Amino acid sequence: MRPEGAALVTGSSRGLGAAIVRALASDGWPVGVNFSRDREGAVGVIAEIEGAHGQAALVQGDISDAADVERVFAELERRFGPVLTLVNNAGVRADGLAPQLEDVQWDQVLAVNLSGAFRATRRALKGMLRARYGRIVNVASVVGVRANPGQANYAASKAGLIGFTRTVAAEVARRGVTVNAVAPGLVNTELTAGIDAERLLAAVPARRAGTPEEVAACVRFLASEQASYVTGTTLTVDGGLTA
Amino acid sequence: MQATATQESVEAAIFRELARLGPEPEYVKRDITFDALGIDSLDLVEVAQLVEEEFGVLLKGEDMEKLQTVGDAIDLVVARAAS
Repeated sequence: MRPEGAALVTGSSRGLGAAIVRALASDGWPVGVNFSRDREGAVGVIAEIEGAHGQAALVQGDISDAADVERVFAELERRFGPVLTLVNNAGVRADGLAPQLEDVQWDQVLAVNLSGAFRATRRALKGMLRARYGRIVNVASVVGVRANPGQANYAASKAGLIGFTRTVAAEVARRGVTVNAVAPGLVNTELTAGIDAERLLAAVPARRAGTPEEVAACVRFLASEQASYVTGTTLTVDGGLTA
Repeated sequence: MQATATQESVEAAIFRELARLGPEPEYVKRDITFDALGIDSLDLVEVAQLVEEEFGVLLKGEDMEKLQTVGDAIDLVVARAAS
């Protein structure tokens, strides 16, 4: 029997995040739908969840801002209790080849993708440790383990997430808190729009991009009570790309 | 509502938290080490969290490393609250 609390998915107004938060809501979690700027998308996701008799709260906040992170958690705690499931999904990209990547492109991607995940995790662990229960799932990427020219900053942030996942998992495992990552390959969302899909798909044994629901299913498993002995690992969801 | 940090109130709060974390209450005294109580660094994180919530005193990682006995923790919280 899991303790009472909430699930928070950062960046869940669209794409992977929206699919993930819908999946967690259908598992009975009261959920926090976090967005930075896409209020319309977030409101739409909430309507879908409530239409399916789930509970959802709109929590605006920029995950790369420490004060916003605190505000998001405080708001969810007030409404649903401690955050016991955290999916660090919020991510951005700002591509360029390394010799030409600007400081702001580097800083911004690391700030959202990696530091934001750290801050949210630090904050969530307070409630999880005390409850002796927690599920943290970090949305990494195959780009964190395989080269993808033009994405040195994105790759660094995702590889960083994987290392972060392992160490935090080892720190808190004895408290019933698991920390894992999923590493999606090519999935059709706004984040991958404009990428040369044809060239990439030729390298995917499944010969197609994945869907947000296929990634959400993996997050859903790792966030489940049943996955209680899985921790510190990365579940790759890439149609065989890195096999 | 945050409480005033006196020797008595801090000792009571920390003893209570330690009892919740595992050690038998009869072993919890000011001059016993956390090691002897089987209290590890993750337990101390929870003690620090309680201290922050009850007394508004922030204990950082580097503070925690220096704490040997239960009395060290009580004294540090009282000193910080006064400063």
